[in-house]
Amino acid sequence: MQSMTETAERRQTKVTKSSLSSIRRRENWLGWLFAAPAILGFIIFVLGPMIASLWLSLTDYKVASTPNFVGLDNYQNLFNGTDAFFYKSLGVTLYYVILSVPLQIIVAFFLAILLNQNVKGLAFFRTAFYLPTIVPLIASSMVWLWLFDPDMGLLNVIMRALHLPESQWIYSETTVVPTLVLMSLWTVGGTMVIFLAGLKDIPDHYYEAIEIDGGNALHKLIYITIPLTSPTIFFNTIMGFIGGFQVFVQPYVMTQGGPNNGSLFYIFYLFREAFTFSNMGYACAIAWVLFIVIMIFTFLLFRTSQKWVYYEGEGR
Amino acid sequence: MTTRTFRWQRVLLYAVLILGSLLCLFPFYWLVRSSMMDLAQIFEMPPKWIPEPFVLRNFIEPFEQLPFGRYFINTLIIVVGTLIGTLLSSTIAAYSFSRMKWVGRDKVFAVLLTSMMLPFAVTLIPTFIGWQSLGLINTYAPLIVPAFFGGGVFNIFLLRQFYMTLPRELDEAVFVDGGNHFTIFTRIILPLSRSAVLVIGLFTFLNTWNDFMGPLVYLNDESKFTLAIGLQQFQGMYTAQWGVLMAASLIIVLPAILLFMIFQRYLMEGIALTGIKG
Repeated sequence: MQSMTETAERRQTKVTKSSLSSIRRRENWLGWLFAAPAILGFIIFVLGPMIASLWLSLTDYKVASTPNFVGLDNYQNLFNGTDAFFYKSLGVTLYYVILSVPLQIIVAFFLAILLNQNVKGLAFFRTAFYLPTIVPLIASSMVWLWLFDPDMGLLNVIMRALHLPESQWIYSETTVVPTLVLMSLWTVGGTMVIFLAGLKDIPDHYYEAIEIDGGNALHKLIYITIPLTSPTIFFNTIMGFIGGFQVFVQPYVMTQGGPNNGSLFYIFYLFREAFTFSNMGYACAIAWVLFIVIMIFTFLLFRTSQKWVYYEGEGR
Repeated sequence: MTTRTFRWQRVLLYAVLILGSLLCLFPFYWLVRSSMMDLAQIFEMPPKWIPEPFVLRNFIEPFEQLPFGRYFINTLIIVVGTLIGTLLSSTIAAYSFSRMKWVGRDKVFAVLLTSMMLPFAVTLIPTFIGWQSLGLINTYAPLIVPAFFGGGVFNIFLLRQFYMTLPRELDEAVFVDGGNHFTIFTRIILPLSRSAVLVIGLFTFLNTWNDFMGPLVYLNDESKFTLAIGLQQFQGMYTAQWGVLMAASLIIVLPAILLFMIFQRYLMEGIALTGIKG
């Protein structure tokens, strides 16, 4: 920005003051023009629908009917338990998020630390761990469906061979969410790569200082690695939460929300209300509740982050 | 620390890494292996590691039973359209937000950034109703057109970060030579940010290729389906016919993996730089 004014100043020797302000005005106008598609996109595809969604959530709108204003009825029906699926889906999703996010962070962090030890064949390992994340979810759902098959699937074949108790995996109400968490660990490679980049930024002399003081690997982890990567841990945790709340393909393709609503994930429930039962207004209310839940989670994380996230140069 | 414990630790380290990467790669192996087996082979106990003989019939089935060729072209149309829209509009917007000076610029950008926090579910239904009222349900417009309006705030954010690292003196040189913003954008900024643009292009490709919810919501007609939706249809027809299902899955996985392998270097740098996941 500063150099922009400098250019202008330099040019002042050549051009008169009036044409200078016309250049500025032109830049102002051009700048808006260049940004116009993005701004329009925000208004058309974000702001407009958001307002419309909020309004629709206060109506009984169904497809091909005129929406009637019903006030907070939709929200009331959600919270007073008239619709038992609401609390069920909220519970399932929270269970999944609370189980999967910490596990994903720990596994990804652990793998990143291992890969950061001057490992030979780093490129191979990194690719191997990252590869599952680029597989279309629909395709990985198919593969895992096959692996989880109770009769013929490989997992139970292995369990049988080892004389371990077989599991119903995604076909039992109690094991379906933990099984999907297990499946989600297959794709921690994305998070791992981000951690690895964060770890590479830690200067060696920090570790050397610990060594001189006679510290061991655990000291390095607790006093150097974790504090210095805490912004990355924080970032990955937030992204994990936001992603975890929006799981859809796995329940839609693998379990249809079952068995016995054991995997009735929130977005699956919302999708069903909106596009199977055509309760559009009601579904908007469901969406807004999700938005508020995510905002509360993010807010709480930000609040606690002041205690544990360390930013260099803050002098803490 | 003695050398012996050090060596022991290295052995353990490699053991864990090798085991971990095998676990990650195993589903790929199982996918390929099962895709080349007929039902008799698949249900054989104990399971065979290598198909014998290799059955390639599974790969023909998706094209005979469902128009997988058509799905492939449909997916490609959506991917290419989205790619053009995203690359065009995100680079131009990022240029404006990083290298042009206009009133309210940073405030507008901050407002745009807030939309990254918004779950797509909030805007999904009104957006659907909007497209419906335009009579564009069951067309590719709802899947492609939004890309032309900014191409995703995240991409703008990323490019903006990158553009801000390029020296200002470049712009000044162009101005002194009588050039304008358009010249700077096309002759200087775009060529210098090729790698960033490539990363965004790759992620856009993968995201669109893998998209399930979008086509599911907006496409009803079987002839308009994408590969992802087609595969889901296929699953309904071929319950427990694992060989055929694995073959159909592999058809969708392969292009993504090929692309990843070709551009891997840029992709890894991009993720490291920005913290995006696919």
